[in-house]
Amino acid sequence: MGALNTEPNLAAPDDFYDELIGLHRDLNEADSALVNAKLILLLANHVGDPDVLRAAMAAARADVAPPR
Amino acid sequence: MKTYTNPVYGYRRAPELGGTTRHCGVVVVGAGPVGLAAAIDLAQQGIPVLVLDDDDTVSVGSRAICYSKRTLEILDRLGCGEPVATKGVSWNVGKVFHGNELAYQFDLLPEAGHHRPAFVNLQQYHFEECLVQRADALAAAEIRWKHRVIDVAANEKKVTLRIATQDGEYALTCDWLIVCDGARSPVRHMLGLDSEGQVFHDRFLIVDIHMTTDFPAERWFWFDPPFHRNQSVLLHRQADDVWRVDFQLGWDADPEQEKKPENILPRLRAMLGTDAQFDIEWASVYTFQCRRMQKFRHGRVLFAGDAAHLVSPFGARGANSGVQDTDNLVWKLALVMRGLAPDSLLDTYDEERIAAADENILHSTRATDFITPKSAVSRTFRDAVLSLAKRHPFARRLVNSGRLSVPAILAGSRLNTPDDDAFVGRMVPGAPMADGPVTGPRGDWLLQYLGGGFDLVVFGDGVPDGAARDLARDPVPCRLVQVGGVPCDGRVVIQDKERLIAARYDARQGTCYLVRPDQHVCARWRTFDLAAVRRAIARATGNIERNPRWAH
Repeated sequence: MGALNTEPNLAAPDDFYDELIGLHRDLNEADSALVNAKLILLLANHVGDPDVLRAAMAAARADVAPPR
Repeated sequence: MKTYTNPVYGYRRAPELGGTTRHCGVVVVGAGPVGLAAAIDLAQQGIPVLVLDDDDTVSVGSRAICYSKRTLEILDRLGCGEPVATKGVSWNVGKVFHGNELAYQFDLLPEAGHHRPAFVNLQQYHFEECLVQRADALAAAEIRWKHRVIDVAANEKKVTLRIATQDGEYALTCDWLIVCDGARSPVRHMLGLDSEGQVFHDRFLIVDIHMTTDFPAERWFWFDPPFHRNQSVLLHRQADDVWRVDFQLGWDADPEQEKKPENILPRLRAMLGTDAQFDIEWASVYTFQCRRMQKFRHGRVLFAGDAAHLVSPFGARGANSGVQDTDNLVWKLALVMRGLAPDSLLDTYDEERIAAADENILHSTRATDFITPKSAVSRTFRDAVLSLAKRHPFARRLVNSGRLSVPAILAGSRLNTPDDDAFVGRMVPGAPMADGPVTGPRGDWLLQYLGGGFDLVVFGDGVPDGAARDLARDPVPCRLVQVGGVPCDGRVVIQDKERLIAARYDARQGTCYLVRPDQHVCARWRTFDLAAVRRAIARATGNIERNPRWAH
């Protein structure tokens, strides 16, 4: 049982962001979506903890219409 | 069909035609796998049962083809497991392909020491024939072919049926009606009852082909194969060199067009090669639904199988769960009919099997969402899982081409006596008894010694003579099955030759398991205590509520 860490945890945030955007360079929308989905699945498995994953899903969904 | 001709069972004129209305203890509507299992179980208990079916043959087409280990174990108890297991094609391994590559492989029975395999594949008509043969051998079971129920009325006292035959109509009354008349359930409609749920917007073509090949007896499932792009395909071996091929078509496919041989052949040629030799046996286009009735018990009317609940075919949870319904129902009904348990025991059929149905519907719905994604993002995640599965073990566990039927664990049932003693492992109260190899007077497998009535499995010879005799003479008797130790008192003694029974049951000297007539654990202890066993039997038969003196 862990909590979702939403405090800064990336050593070099600008580098990470650059790499994330770079990951999608030259991809069409469908392939981009596929890469994102694979990335989510890989990270989810790495995290493992269902409470953390649930909290992350809720945080991702927050403020995105329509409300659930 | 080249490999099979449907038998025609003889219609017989009802003796009640034009005479007085007969009253029966129990009537079963529908002589499919579920109705037949119910009838055999009742007849084995010595309860006369009348089965009414509107047809005069077994299943037309192979339909349900995967029968689970638990179904075989139930059939063993019903005296017809052997012909089904022998005729069927045993399999344990499933492979899932994405495109041309193996994405995931599973073994449904990874350990040795079980009588029955994880599954046998057998055409439903063969399965039903085995059950009809068994039912016909039982004096207490009567099947009336071409007797169609056209009206039903039920009240607190009895159920009245109106039945149509070629010689005219007649009426019957009964104390109990078991409804196993399938997904469309005419009887359910006659009673104005609903089955609610979800229809999935997809169509599938199933084709049985006769083909001699050396493909292994495994379940092969393709997502997006080169021979059927963007859809799924399933290949399964049945008896008589018949193979089931299941093509996903999508919602827009025209079922009448797709059923035509000239449209089926190119699909098969693309899959099997232009040189492949085969004949088409049978084809059908289906859609599917996941739904269930709100309650399976409506007073004196009890619903079982597809009439009560419906799932998609991926996972083989239809016929297998229906057979488990009757396994759960019949011993309870038999006790109630004999006055040995209160009517409320039948409510636990509802509770236990609704929990099981919900589990099946959940698994079935999840598999369906994976096979037929309902949105673009769902499809993207599905493809992401399949793409990752080739290289990354974690993703293989997410691949869902159908989670195959496993027996329900009735862990939440009020018929269970909660553990006071510490145990580890899977044989919790509510679990179906795990099989294992033994030696003894009645066969080489543990389950051959259990079921039909209550059994107490005792490890070692710690139960005194008198206590065993007392249990055997109780109104709801309990037989003793002793594992190891010194034989005495004429009791059944089996030997745990490979020490697998003790391991599977976390057993030590003195450990006792109380087993229900449907082979589910309902209580267990580290030491034998006659009063505790009787209390647990009273609880498992609903008699605690009737006899408060047991409840302490």
